[in-house]
Amino acid sequence: MKRLLNIELQKLLLNKTSKVLIIISFILPFFVILLSSFKINFFGLFTIELGEYGIFNFPLIWHITTFFAAFFKIFFAVVVVSMVSNEYSYKTLKQNLIDGLSKKEFILSKFYTIVFFSLISTVLIFFITISIGLYYSSIDEFSIIIKGTEFILAYFVKLLGFFSFCLFLGMLLRKSAFALAFLFIEYILEWFIYWGVYEAFDNSTEKAEMVKNFLPLESMYNLINQPIQRAIMMYSPEKVDFAYDYAVHWYEILIVLAWTGIFIFLSYRLLKNRDL
Amino acid sequence: MSEILSIDNLTKKYGYLTAVSNLSFTINKGNVYGILGPNGSGKSTTLGIVLNVVNRTSGEFKWFDGTVSTHEALKKVGAIIERPNFYPYMSAYDNLKLVCKIKGVSYEKIDEKLEIVGLIERKNSPFRTFSLGMKQRLAIASALLNDPEILILDEPTNGLDPQGIHQIRTLIKQIASEGTTILLASHLLDEVEKVCSHVVVLRKGEKLYSGRVDEMVSSFGFFELRTEKTSELVKLLQADAAFNKVTELDGLVTAFLEQPMDASDFNKMMYEKGIVLSHLVKRKPSLEEQFLQLTDSTNPTKN
Repeated sequence: MKRLLNIELQKLLLNKTSKVLIIISFILPFFVILLSSFKINFFGLFTIELGEYGIFNFPLIWHITTFFAAFFKIFFAVVVVSMVSNEYSYKTLKQNLIDGLSKKEFILSKFYTIVFFSLISTVLIFFITISIGLYYSSIDEFSIIIKGTEFILAYFVKLLGFFSFCLFLGMLLRKSAFALAFLFIEYILEWFIYWGVYEAFDNSTEKAEMVKNFLPLESMYNLINQPIQRAIMMYSPEKVDFAYDYAVHWYEILIVLAWTGIFIFLSYRLLKNRDL
Repeated sequence: MSEILSIDNLTKKYGYLTAVSNLSFTINKGNVYGILGPNGSGKSTTLGIVLNVVNRTSGEFKWFDGTVSTHEALKKVGAIIERPNFYPYMSAYDNLKLVCKIKGVSYEKIDEKLEIVGLIERKNSPFRTFSLGMKQRLAIASALLNDPEILILDEPTNGLDPQGIHQIRTLIKQIASEGTTILLASHLLDEVEKVCSHVVVLRKGEKLYSGRVDEMVSSFGFFELRTEKTSELVKLLQADAAFNKVTELDGLVTAFLEQPMDASDFNKMMYEKGIVLSHLVKRKPSLEEQFLQLTDSTNPTKN
């Protein structure tokens, strides 16, 4: 495993574009979160200190940071897609296999890299969140701090699932641009399926939502629902119709893990049956 | 003699097209083999199958008596296919380092092999700055990293200038002289003739011949003849069962022998029949002529 990870890391870290994108996708979000936690003075006119609104309090902070940091995953998605498409365009995939890498090892080396970067990102966000949280909240009771860390697990699974999806699209389409375009098409496609089910089952939003929750992108999004509504609810608990289910459920994690498995397996099958 | 690679009834179909058809041959240690065939005869496909990049339709192949999986076996093989494929943004050294990681070879070999192919001064330049000849030499260095049991080369001089071709051929000969088994696929006959001791001839995916280069055609040679009575000579030879093919071009008659015959006996025989030869040469066919004869004789439009 170390050997396979080592091989892929060399390919990535010696490539300038990949290196820049990796930095953007993993370091930038923490700076943004860190900066937003500071007191910002707008030309002396007014000051904004987000911390004052209590959004950096435990346990809400876990939800807020993981939700916003996850947007930056798109930069690493470009890296994942191009680390596959480059192998095709440089024809190094063929050379790697001839040199004695098996097709299984080739996919695994990519997958381990995805796990590796997802883990780093998860560990980083854990420490950033806990430091900001400790700075802003008066709570220092361990049980309350720990409450909400399921969002960290959700964050990891979300990255893992999304990058595995990108890996699969890269293997399937072989061109970065096509793969990224397909990602967008898939988003639209999921809405079409939603609409199709809605029409087919007598305008039932319930059934349509249930089906959509099983689709790749929607299931990944569901892991960490938007936290804004939750933040508003904290201030005005009387708005009952604002209530929604923002919790991380075990079945949501299971669906995304199942997709991850499917995507990695399909990537392997694609490669296995392909003549290079 | 230990077997390095054995291929048994290998077939590859691309849809309706059969690229390789029931191919069988064996590669033994210590020989230099050539796979010969026109473009599209299935050379690269065959190599692709044994190198794990093309899926076979049916048949078997075994590396080193079949005791290890293909990708493990390939760690003991050095192979270059068509064009050198490396990461353009990495230096020569880093590219070879990656190959070392894949093959599980120590990094100490890198400088040694770069020295052999004469690229040691450029080891830190990015691969994309290399000329085609240099890229091909780097590919050879990469294939040699693991001190392979067998070196497989697919059209190694394709697209190179005369100087580059010469450099690569010298390298191959040097490697062969050190006892490394080599499998060389090429459509360039003189290339094969110069380096190989054994040859496999393919045409449209089918094996026409496999064995020693000098025994390729069971030929008794041919006569090149000139006389003033050309048409009489041709008529005479065509009637003779000792010759299987007689051609005439600009007064030069070429007669291929069906059975052994001495030039002096032949001359005597002709003189007795009233034909005086002004030119008589008995020759063994060159590899090129043998090859053409071989690929021609299975052609349905033969005369």
